[in-house]
Amino acid sequence: MNDKPEKLMDKKGLRLDGRKADELRPVKLEVGVISNADGSAYIEHGKNKILAAVYGPREVHPKHLALQDRTVLKCRYHMAPFSVQERKSPAPSRREIELSKVIRESLEPAVFMEFYPRTMIDVFIEVLQADGGTRCASITAAALALADSGVPMRDLVVACAAGKVEDTVVVDLMDTEDKLGAADVPVALMPNLNAVTLLQMDGKLTQEEFEKAVGMALDGCKQIYAMQKEALKSKYVNVGEQTKEEAEE
Amino acid sequence: MPIFLEKRQIVTPGDLIAEGEYIAGENTFVENGKIYAARVGIIEYETKKVDVVALKAFYVPRAGDIVIGTITEVGFNGWTVDINSPYIALLRASDVLSRPFKPQKDDLPQVLDAGDLVVAKIVSYDRTHDPQLTVAEPGLGKITRGQILKITPTKIPRVIGKKGSMISMIKQETGCNIILGLNGVVLVTGKNLEDEQLAVQAILKIERESHTSGLTDRITQMLKEEKSKKGGKQE
Amino acid sequence: MTSVVTRVKKKQISEAMAQEKRMDGRDLNEYRELKIEQGIIERAEGSARVTLGRTEVVVGVKIEMGEPFPDTPNEGVLTVNAELTPIASPEFEAGPPDEMSIELARIVDRGIRESKAINTEKMVIEAGKKVFVVFVDIYVLNHDGNLIDASAFAAMSALLNTKMANYEVKDGEVQIKPGYEQLPIQNHPITITVAKIGDKLVVDPILEEEEVMDARISMAIDDDQNICAIQKGGNSYFKPEEILEAAKIAETKAKEMRKKLNW
Repeated sequence: MNDKPEKLMDKKGLRLDGRKADELRPVKLEVGVISNADGSAYIEHGKNKILAAVYGPREVHPKHLALQDRTVLKCRYHMAPFSVQERKSPAPSRREIELSKVIRESLEPAVFMEFYPRTMIDVFIEVLQADGGTRCASITAAALALADSGVPMRDLVVACAAGKVEDTVVVDLMDTEDKLGAADVPVALMPNLNAVTLLQMDGKLTQEEFEKAVGMALDGCKQIYAMQKEALKSKYVNVGEQTKEEAEE
Repeated sequence: MPIFLEKRQIVTPGDLIAEGEYIAGENTFVENGKIYAARVGIIEYETKKVDVVALKAFYVPRAGDIVIGTITEVGFNGWTVDINSPYIALLRASDVLSRPFKPQKDDLPQVLDAGDLVVAKIVSYDRTHDPQLTVAEPGLGKITRGQILKITPTKIPRVIGKKGSMISMIKQETGCNIILGLNGVVLVTGKNLEDEQLAVQAILKIERESHTSGLTDRITQMLKEEKSKKGGKQE
Repeated sequence: MTSVVTRVKKKQISEAMAQEKRMDGRDLNEYRELKIEQGIIERAEGSARVTLGRTEVVVGVKIEMGEPFPDTPNEGVLTVNAELTPIASPEFEAGPPDEMSIELARIVDRGIRESKAINTEKMVIEAGKKVFVVFVDIYVLNHDGNLIDASAFAAMSALLNTKMANYEVKDGEVQIKPGYEQLPIQNHPITITVAKIGDKLVVDPILEEEEVMDARISMAIDDDQNICAIQKGGNSYFKPEEILEAAKIAETKAKEMRKKLNW
C-alpha cells in the first residue's frame, strides 16, 4: 500500500496536490466548538483535522505543583489511534511528549502568566486526522482556544511550516512531502510582536535555504493569522447581524 | 496622537489600539508606549481612557464584591465555596455562627452542606491567599429557592444597565427579585416558575447580544411580547 | 536547597550581559572547556565521557542484532535514549523518562540521523530480516547547563569509538567471527546551542544562565556546513533576525570545534 510517488514536483513547478511552491493548503477555523470547555477551537488545514480545548485558569492539582507567582500552563498533544494510516497506539509516544513540550513553549510567551498565581491552565489538543504539519495546525487552534477562554494574551500565536522538496524550498508540507522531502521547518509566530516562539528543523539545508524557508514559513503564518482573527470575531459579528435583522422586522 | 480603531469595533489579543497620550484601561496592555488589546472584546473610550470590554472573561475576586457561590466541601472549621472563579473561596464557621466555633457542639453540615447556595461578600483576597467570604450582613446567606444562572462576569454591568435602568426594567416586567453576583452568577426569585424563566430568558439574551446597540429596547419588547403570549394562553 | 534563581542574581547576569560579559568571565561566543575521553566503559561496544565545564555526560553504545523497520528494510536501526539521573541535579527525580529527557534524546537523535552520520546501509546482515541495531544511551551525571551540546559531543564521540562484531552468514545462520569492525561513520554533526538573554546571544549557556535566559536554539551542523536539525526551547521567543544570527554563530562555532576535534 506504500506507493512512493516518482516525483514530488513536476516540470511546471506544481506539487503533488497541484500547489505552487508558495501556496498554502486550505484552512478552516471555528471557535467555541466544545461547550464544556472554557475555550475551544477546531481547525482543518489540508487534511489535518484537529481539536483544541482549554480548561482554566483553575485550581492546581496536585497542589504542590502550584507556583506562587504565576499560573502553570500544561499542554497535551495527542493523536487519535485512527488519525494516521497505520493505527497508532493510544498511549503517549515519545514524539507526542516532545511535541507537547514544544507546543506549550510556543504558547506560553503569549499568555500573561503572572496574572493568576496558584492556578493552572490546561490545553488539550486532539489530532483526529493527520496529514503533515500537525504541530503547526495544533498551535494555531490552541491559541484560538486560549483567546476564546478569556485568558489575557499579548498576541495570538500562529504556526506554519516550510521545507524543501526536490530542490525547491516550499511552504506548508503535507505528509508525503514531509516524509520524502529533504527538510521540514515548522515555525510559530506572535505576529504583532514579531516573535518566533517555536522553531524546529530536520533534514538538510544550506544557510541560504534555511533563511528562505524561515521567510516562507513566516509569510504563511501571517496569512493564517488573518484567518484566526476572523474566526474569533465571526462568533460575535454574526450575533450583531442577527440582532440588526430582528430590529428591522 | 492616534487611536487606530473605532468605538465598538471588535478587537483580538495583540491588536494595536492606540499610541501616545492615552491611558490604558481594562483588558489592555502597554508595550513601547503603544496600547494593545489583551482580550477579545469591543473598544470603548471616553476622552483619554481606552478600554476593551471583554466579550468573555472569568471572575477574579475583589474585596467587597457580592458573589453567589456553591458550597463544595464541609471542612474542619468552615466551608470551601465555588465562586465561579479560578480561586476557591473559604467561609469560616465563626462567620456563619456569629460566635466562636465549638467543634463538639456545632454540626457544620446542619448549617450549610455541600450543594447549598449562598449569597456572600468577599472580605479579603490577595495574590497569596484564597478569597475569604462573609455572610454576616443583611441580604447575605443561604439561598432556599429561585433560579440560578451563570453568565460571563464581564456582562453583569450590561445586565445592570446605565444607572440600573436595564435590571430595574426586568424586575418590573417580570415581578422578580434578582440578585446579580459580580462573579457572573445570578439568582432570580419570583412568584412563579414562568415569571422566573422569563427573567432568565431576558438575562441570557443580554449576554448573547451585549455588544449590540438598541438592546434595552429589544429586551423590553421581548418581555412585553412574551407576557402578552402568556396572557393569551390563559384565556 | 532548590535552584530558585534570586532576583539579585538575575539582575547581576543581565547587567553583566549588557556589557557583553558573562559571570564566569567568558566571551559571549566562547565555550567552556571541553574534554572528551573515549572507551571508558569496556563492556559497551563504544563509549565516551564528556565534560563541558562542570556539565558531565557519559554515553554508552550497545549493538545488538534485530529486525529492520518495515519501511527501511535495507538499513540498520538507530535508537537514542537519555537519562537525567537523580545524581546529576537536585531537580531530577528517578522514574520513567520525562519531557526533558525525551526532548534531549530526540534532539541528539535528529542530529545524528538527519546528517546520516552512521552509514546504516552498511549495517545490514540479511536484507529485510536482520540488521544491526545501535543503542545510544545518554547518561547525564552532572547538570551545569547545556546538556544538549555535551550529550551530542558525547554521543558522536562514543559512536566514533564503537566497534561492531565481525560476522558471517552460513546456511542462513549468523555466526560471530573473531575481530571487530569500526561502526561505519560518514559524517560528524556538531550541535551548537545559543541562548538569548535580553537582546544578547550567548553560546554554551551555563546553568545559571539557562535559568534566566529567554529561550535557546540548538542547531546541528554537518561536515559540509549544512544545517541538519534545529530545536528552539524555553518559554520565551526569538526575533527572526536573532534566529538568522544564531545560525551564523552556530556555523562559525561548528567549524571551530570541528577543527579542534579533528572530525
